[in-house]
Formats: sequence, structure tokens, C-alpha cells
Amino acid sequence: MTAMKGAQVVIVGGGVTGLSAGWWLARLGAEVLVLEKGIVGWEASGRNGGGASHSFSPLFLEEQRLWPQMDELLGYPTEFQPYRVRIGLTEENMAMFKRQMAIAARQGFKADVLTPDQVRELVPLAGDNVIGGAFYHYGGHANPQRTVQAYAWALQDRGGRILQHCAVTGFLTRGGRVTGVATDRGEFGCDNLVIAAGPQLGQIAAQLGAEVPVAPARAEMIVTEPLPLMKHGGTDGNALYGRQTLRGNLVFGGGPHEWLEEAPPGARAATTPLTRNLAGRLLELFPKAAHVRMIRSWAGIVENTPDGRPILDRLKTYPNAVVATMSSIGFGLSPASGRAIAELVLRGHCDFADLTSCRLDRFANLDPDWRRDRGWIQADAPTSAPAQA
Amino acid sequence: MSAFIDPYSVGGKTPEIAEHAAVLVIGAGDTGMAAAIDAARSGTRTVLIDEHPLDPSLFGLDVPFHFGQRANGSVQNQGRALDQIARSRSRLDEAFEAGVDVRLGVTAWAGFVNGPTAHGLPKPVIALADLNRSWLMSFDKLIVAAGRRDLGFAFPGWELPGVMGAAALHALIHRYHAFAGRRILVLGGGRLGFGTALDARREGFDVAAIVEAAPAFSAPKDMIEAAETAGIALHAASTIARAEGSAAGIGRAHVVALDDALAPIAGSERTIDCDTICLALGAVPNIELLDQLGCKLTYRANQGGHVPLLTPDGKTSLQGVFAIGDCAGIASDEDGPQRLQTWTRAALAVGGLDVAVCQCEEVTRRDLLEVRPPRYLDRDSAGLRARNLQTLLADGPVNQDQIKRLTRAGMGTCQGRRCREQVTALLALAGGIAPEAVPLPSYRAPLRPLPLSVLRDGHEHPGMRSGWDVWFGIDGQFDPYWTIER
Repeated sequence: MTAMKGAQVVIVGGGVTGLSAGWWLARLGAEVLVLEKGIVGWEASGRNGGGASHSFSPLFLEEQRLWPQMDELLGYPTEFQPYRVRIGLTEENMAMFKRQMAIAARQGFKADVLTPDQVRELVPLAGDNVIGGAFYHYGGHANPQRTVQAYAWALQDRGGRILQHCAVTGFLTRGGRVTGVATDRGEFGCDNLVIAAGPQLGQIAAQLGAEVPVAPARAEMIVTEPLPLMKHGGTDGNALYGRQTLRGNLVFGGGPHEWLEEAPPGARAATTPLTRNLAGRLLELFPKAAHVRMIRSWAGIVENTPDGRPILDRLKTYPNAVVATMSSIGFGLSPASGRAIAELVLRGHCDFADLTSCRLDRFANLDPDWRRDRGWIQADAPTSAPAQA
Repeated sequence: MSAFIDPYSVGGKTPEIAEHAAVLVIGAGDTGMAAAIDAARSGTRTVLIDEHPLDPSLFGLDVPFHFGQRANGSVQNQGRALDQIARSRSRLDEAFEAGVDVRLGVTAWAGFVNGPTAHGLPKPVIALADLNRSWLMSFDKLIVAAGRRDLGFAFPGWELPGVMGAAALHALIHRYHAFAGRRILVLGGGRLGFGTALDARREGFDVAAIVEAAPAFSAPKDMIEAAETAGIALHAASTIARAEGSAAGIGRAHVVALDDALAPIAGSERTIDCDTICLALGAVPNIELLDQLGCKLTYRANQGGHVPLLTPDGKTSLQGVFAIGDCAGIASDEDGPQRLQTWTRAALAVGGLDVAVCQCEEVTRRDLLEVRPPRYLDRDSAGLRARNLQTLLADGPVNQDQIKRLTRAGMGTCQGRRCREQVTALLALAGGIAPEAVPLPSYRAPLRPLPLSVLRDGHEHPGMRSGWDVWFGIDGQFDPYWTIER
């Protein structure tokens, strides 16, 4: 195949959101082409805790309905495991769990408050510093990296195409519609467009004259050597998120992020001495893991909208273009976000969830200085006194 | 004018930098020692660190070398080990006299500098650790003299105690005086293989044979003659078919002759008694720290593979960072990636497809070629059966980090030290491309597996606690959607 042809729907961005959207579109019979500047799932999607219990989201019900079926639906393993155990070390932790439990309960999901002894029984690595906990009879966790590839393969199995190492340079438009995508590997015609470009979303949407406010930030995670499996891998707390993998590794993140002026495409996101603070937090969460060795760390760049909520909407100026960002919480919700995007593309609205809170026009009057107002600005190196010898 | 900064960001939470060195030298081998002595003599405050004596448990993890459980119990005795290490450093007294601040048993597990995705550090730092704690040391000038490590090579039985690398053998014999083997079979007929065999022989160990897959030995003539004189059996155009033994370790090896196409010759198998099999196909420059820091790398097949891109005076692409000695490139003749490629080809022909290349995660050559997930997952769905390396290659150039995610090769406790070059060799062979076309899988901090209790920041900035949120701390991000104003 030498001539590269367009598709009914072209998706810009091969992250978890774009790939899920592509897979759903292909399931619904659409002809799909995903354009990815690097390798699928390489940036934000490759860096997350793998959790799936987002009770605050309009996509929560669909998230909960779909995850247990995903291995079968996709035809590839995602490592999904149900349930979530949360360990409270402070009253603040407990208050957060209870708030989340109440939100889930209102939507019909059950959760139990755990005593310290119950936590220690479930989680052998927990210590005497536990003041309580929570058990969610919903939610769960999966392996983000395997899941991204599962979406990609499942999309291809349904006739969709993925073009990696293909960077978008602009768009072709006619009569208020996007008719094609220009890339460093030629032009691709389209009837519909989805922009799910993660940290690069703002720059790419700007090429269609749309202002999509997102700010990129770097966040970090650490991984330990494998340990015997605990009863539930989805175990976290102490303001960390993460899980024990099916292999037994503890994979955790949390804590301070670093806002960036821009997301340098393709740059390997740096880890920093924050790794030591993560190690300390993890040690507080699992005091009996003091001897456990950390073997790896990594970082990724994720984007946030000004209110931290998704934008899943059609562009007013080009109604056949949908912009999609999950505002840094994309992985767990991906089975549902992809379906929502597919419906936005094919029907113009989402039938199964109320996406009012995800509309782009909520930012119509956003102060141009919104990043500065929120303090979401790049932390430049402090001016230091001359080094002491 | 100071702008308001998101309290949940890293802004203002500068980590404590415990120490500063005008010149920091990493690695107290001959090259690092010489550099440190020179620097100190010129009146510069110089710190020299070396991770030996190692944390005793690292021997068991095959970090940094492939020790293959052939260290005897004496390495557990830190006092004795320190004494041995100090004695093995010939110029240590000279360094002390020159005023070098020498730290033994200290490992550099990461380097952090500001770059396109991180901006918060007042100075470039190296993260250090000893047995008990970790800390940061800033530097004006960093000289990395991290040396070399072992190049892994899998064959049936290579997970048995007694299969080890040439660098590990050298360290156990010369630095620790703690080698627990007696009779060694050396794999690799280049300068490294013959050098290792002759050295072991000089030190009083038996060398059963030297085996080389290529049709001829590439070692210098005088070395080959010395090995013949010493009565060491030499088998060129041969490879190891398998090793056997018990939980105590290797007992014997089966070696098979190869034809011109590197295929096994039927009936040519011979058994060689040995308790140790030393992998001496080549050595790998220790670029871990340089890569993790973000130094630009280049590939030089005749220098051991990936090496830092250097100016003639040893400068890397990062300001103030230099690389010297073996970590900057190993003059290896035919040892290294090329020899590994030949051996891998022979291993495939001898039937080694079901051999675990990645010992930590038990990933076989077949698993790699078929891009199979680990055994704890359902590996036999119709979809997975239809996927393999060739279908993945159809999507774009081969990428070891992607293979790593899918198969877990290189994800284990040895941090990919035993398998990463083998995975490269296999991907190159299967993809019909040169090894240099396979991107280097990235090295990540910590460069040594370190306990959480050691890694933790003992002097945490107070803002780390007050401004620590599970996620971004964005007001309202986790409010239920139905409470949002329309």
C-alpha cells in the first residue's frame, strides 16, 4: 500500500482516549484512521495508576458497566481486576474516602468503611499507623500499557488503521467543515475529525481557530520489585494512587506535579528527586515494605483544563470536529469516553451520559491569564546562593 | 515580583542538596582514580565515589554484574569486603595524599538536571546512596568513569548458579577474592574470552575450554598460543547447547559444533565438566547514568554498542558532564554486539527458541518473537495468536520499550542488565535490521535496585507534606458532575 488514503473519521492522537474512540467508532461500523506522532500510548496514557473508580464523572456508570467486559470485548488482556481498598492514615484521607463513597452510593454502588484491623487483614503490608479504610465493591484497576495496545489491536481487528510516526501539521477545511488533515506524511481526507492529542491538544485545535484551554504538567511514578500478591491489587491511600500489578510490583504515584509552558513533543519526560518523596510516602503506606526495592521510575506529561474536567464536545466553528481531553483522568474512564466520543461523532450527542459538564463553551469567557491566576506556571529554578565548598 | 504558585506543584519545594563537589568522579577504577588524583592535585575539591564494596544483597540480584551466585559468603562481611576493595585499588593511598575525598560503598543511582520537562533544580545533582540512606550532591563538573558490565547470553540452563559474566568473574577474583567456582568454561573466543581464561588460569583456577561460535577465534595470536600452551581446550565453530546441574549449580555443559551456516552438526555434541560458565562474548559500556541524565548517545559497534556522544576532550552533550574509560566506549575488536549477533543466530539454529532470555520475568525468545504476554495472563486468545513481532513491525519500526511493555522482557529486578542487549540482537535479527537501528530502551532511576527505606528523603521540604495531593489538587475536579453549574 503506497497511496495513503483518508477515512470517514480521522482521529488525531493515539493515546488511550483516541484509541478507545477509534475502536468504538469501528465497532459502530465507521471507517477509522488514527494518526499518532510517535508510538501508541507513549505519553500521558503510558503514565498513570491504572485505576477505574471515578464516581464523580458523568461516565462513571458506563465505566463500571464496561470494565469487567473489556478483555472479552477487545479480545486482548487488559489485566483488569475488580474492587478497590483504600487505606486511611489521616482523618483527611478518611474524609475523602467517605465523600467518594457517598457520591458512588447515590449512583447505586456499595462501599464499606474498614476498621484498622480489617485493613491490616486485607493488606499484609499495612502497619500500625492505619486509622481506617474503605472497601469499594466497584472500581478496579488495569494495566495501562497493555490496555492501550489492546485498544490499538482491537481497532485494527475491526478494520481501523493506525499510522504511527505521523505528525499533524494542519487541516483542510471547506464550507465550515474539516475535510482533511495535513501531516508530515501527506494529507488525509475525512468526513469527521476527532482531536484527542493530549498535552498537544491546545496547539492542534488552535489550527482550526478553536481555543481549547489545556495546561501540560509532568507527573511521576515509581515501581518496586515484585512481592507476593495481596488479596486486592487495587490498594492505595496516603494521598498516593496506584496498585499492585498482577506480577506483584507496587506501582504508585501522587504528589507535586510540575507545570510546563509547553509539552515538548517526543521528549522523554524527566524524573526528579521527587522519586525519594514518593518512596517515603509509599513506605508510610506500607511500613512492612521498608526493605522492598524500588527498581524503576518514570514520568509523563498530562494536560488539565482550567476546572480539571473533561472537554468532550463538537467545535462550534467546525461541527464535524470533536475535541476530546479527559483533563488528566483518562485511562480508567477510557472504555466510556471512547463510546461517548463515538456517539458525538456519529450522532452529534451522547445518549448514555450527560456531557453538559464537558462542554467547551464553559470556557467562553475564560480570562486569558487563567494559568497565571491559578498559579499553573512553570517553576523555574530558584536563584541559589553560590555553592558552598 | 513573585507570582502566585500552585501549592500542589513542585514550585518552591526545592529538595535539600546535602553536599557539593567542584569535581565529582564516579567510579574508582584506574581511569576514575587517575582523573580524581589529577583534579585534586590541581587544587580542586574532588569527591570520588565507588559503589564497591556492594550492598551484599546486590550480588544475588546480579547487579551491577552478572555474578551468577558465584560469590562466596565472604562478601556478606562488609568489613572484609571493604578491606579487599581498598587493597585492590592500587592508587588509593596516592588519592588520599592528593586530598581526594574518597567514598567507597557509595552508589550513584541517578542524576538530575534541568531540561525541557523539568526546571526546578538550582544545580545539577547526582543522587547517592549507601547502605542506609540516600542524598543529593551537586557538582560543577561530573566525570563519569563507570566502567563496563557483562553482556548476557541465554542458553538452556543459564539460570543455574554458576553462569556468570566476565566482569563479575574479574570482580570476584581480583576485587573481592570471593570467587566460589573451580573449573570454568569460557564462552567467547575474542580478546575478552581469552583474556578472562588466561587470567583465571593465572589465579589458579581450571579452565575447561574456550568456546566460540564463529569459525575462528578473533583473539590475538599470542593469547591463542598461550591458551594452547596452558592446555586449555579450544573449540571454535562451536556453541553451547545446554548446561546441566543441580540447585547447587552447573555440573557440565554440552557443546556442539557448527557448520558454516551456524547450524549444529549432528553427532558432534561433547560434554565438558565445569562448575562455572563464564559469558565473555563482550562487555557493555556502563552508560546507565549518562543515559538517565539525558546525555546524547551514539552507537558504535566496535566500542561495545551505545556510547555517549563525546567531544575529543571527553565532554558529553550536557554541560559540565564528562565520560572517560570503558563507559565512553570499549575497544573490543570483534567482542560485543557483533559477536552476540553471531551467537544469537547460532542459538536460534541450535533450537534455543524456548529459552528464557529475560530471567527475571521468564520471557523466552519465542515469547519475544510472538509478542506474548506473561504467563499469568490468558495468552491464547484468537487475537493474541494472530499478533507477533512481524505484525507489530508492520505498524512501525521496532521499539524495545514497546516490546518490554507487552512481554515484560527487561522489567525485572536486574533492571534488564542480563537481557537488554540480547533482546536487541533478537529484534534486529527478526526485523532484518542492524542492531543500531533498534532504539536503546531507556535507563531509569534508580539505576540500582534500592530499598524504599534507603531511597526516602530524610530531609523532606515541609511544602512536600502541606502541598501533597493525590492528584492535581484542582478545586472541584472531584465534585460530582451533577453539582456543576450549567
